[in-house]
Amino acid sequence: MSAAVDEMSGSDAVLTVEIARKVYHPASAEPVEAVRDLAFAIRPGEIACLIGPSGAGKTTTLRILLGLDADYDGSIVPDPRASETGPGMVFQEPRLLPWRTVEQNVRLAMPRPQRGRDLDGLFAHLGLAPWRGRYPGALSLGMQRRVALARALANDPRLLVLDEPFVSLDDAAAASLRGLVVDTVDRLGMSVLMVTHNVAEAIAVADRLLLLSPRPASLVATIPLDRPRPQRDRAWADATRQDLAQRFPGVIAE
Amino acid sequence: MIRASASNRRAILTRLGSMLVLLAAWQAAAQAAGSRMLPTPLTVAAFIGRESARGDLWTNVGITLARVGVSFVLAMVLGVLLGVALGRSKRLNTLLDTPLLAMLNTPALVITVLAYVWVGLNESAAILAVVLNKLPNVAVILREGARDLDPGLEEMARTYRFDRRSWVAHVLVPQLQPYVVAAARSGLSLAWKIVLVIELLGRPNGVGFAINYYFVQSTDVAAILGYSIVFMSVMIAIDILLLQRLEAHVRRWR
Repeated sequence: MSAAVDEMSGSDAVLTVEIARKVYHPASAEPVEAVRDLAFAIRPGEIACLIGPSGAGKTTTLRILLGLDADYDGSIVPDPRASETGPGMVFQEPRLLPWRTVEQNVRLAMPRPQRGRDLDGLFAHLGLAPWRGRYPGALSLGMQRRVALARALANDPRLLVLDEPFVSLDDAAAASLRGLVVDTVDRLGMSVLMVTHNVAEAIAVADRLLLLSPRPASLVATIPLDRPRPQRDRAWADATRQDLAQRFPGVIAE
Repeated sequence: MIRASASNRRAILTRLGSMLVLLAAWQAAAQAAGSRMLPTPLTVAAFIGRESARGDLWTNVGITLARVGVSFVLAMVLGVLLGVALGRSKRLNTLLDTPLLAMLNTPALVITVLAYVWVGLNESAAILAVVLNKLPNVAVILREGARDLDPGLEEMARTYRFDRRSWVAHVLVPQLQPYVVAAARSGLSLAWKIVLVIELLGRPNGVGFAINYYFVQSTDVAAILGYSIVFMSVMIAIDILLLQRLEAHVRRWR
């Protein structure tokens, strides 16, 4: 099962995921196999998008690689349960502490010795400087996601994990947040694993697409997208999408 | 702001109005009855003046207040700890649920009498009785609070490796605060009602003792009303000046 991993001389990967099997045991129902033989690795500096039908086990995979779920067969390297700081995580719901200010939310997610660090640059870059002292409830969803992004970036992680980060935003807010993510990642040279069901969005930003099968999730294919991001125009995106839809009809709709 | 203060003033006037109507009704009823069993407001006020000039009123009120304070703090601290433990541990909850239900349904009088019988007619027994009466209510309210913790925030805190101190101060306590305030407000009135019974049964001082004394000696209804009005006013003042402000502070981020 580790073909996908071997292919890239595993050692320099930022994250290596090998989940042989993950089964849920609901109290009063048949066991559900959520993941089977799912293996992939994230390279330094790349943006990888995990795409799959809803209910395919994307969230399950994320919870495992964040170390929130230890009940599975397989391994994650580096082990999230042993390392001192995990990947920078942006959850689908922003999951901010509503009773703490924007700035406190960001600082609390840092290891205690680093909490005093100068974050002016980070807040300015994300357009959050005027909001530092406000409570999250006073912010729009788009701004709350920015705060969640700031929180994820504050620890200078090697890997940024985004779970449906642009869902339920209007087009303008989604585009501006997407621009920020791509810009930040290019500037800081970190890797990104983005989970999405929005194929167009993935085609716009990804260096590589990881296509998941319906449950139990396994890897159907990895698709490199070599064209530089600024050159990805509408026509190219549509052609890429149609091509993928023909090759993987179960995963990508036309 | 002007509108707000105008509506505030109207609310205060309405409250004052309802109190005046109540006083007038009392005065009318007392005049119609013309009996020592229903003294007029002025008679009661005169008693309060005499008793407070002699110093007895404030001694007794002070002693009762001290008992309420000590037992209230003890019951809150122990009840919060027990409630949170019950809400977070299924096993502990199964173990202690029945005893808790039994205590909730034991009459305050029974607990008090047993405390005096087993511990002796002393201050410790009095405090113990109040604490045992009040603690189950606090524990039950806080158990609900501990069960309602947001699982999304738990995952966020684990992903960002919140240390125990940060988790308690910034994730756990803010979520429990509304429950603590609710338990405190309902608990304070409960505590002083129980303290009066306990003083009546086995203490040589305090408001409960004084009421019993005037009742047995001369069925002096003016004294009984005088004491309860003074003590009620003190407790309402504490609720408005302390607990309601605390509640507003806890909800400031909303």
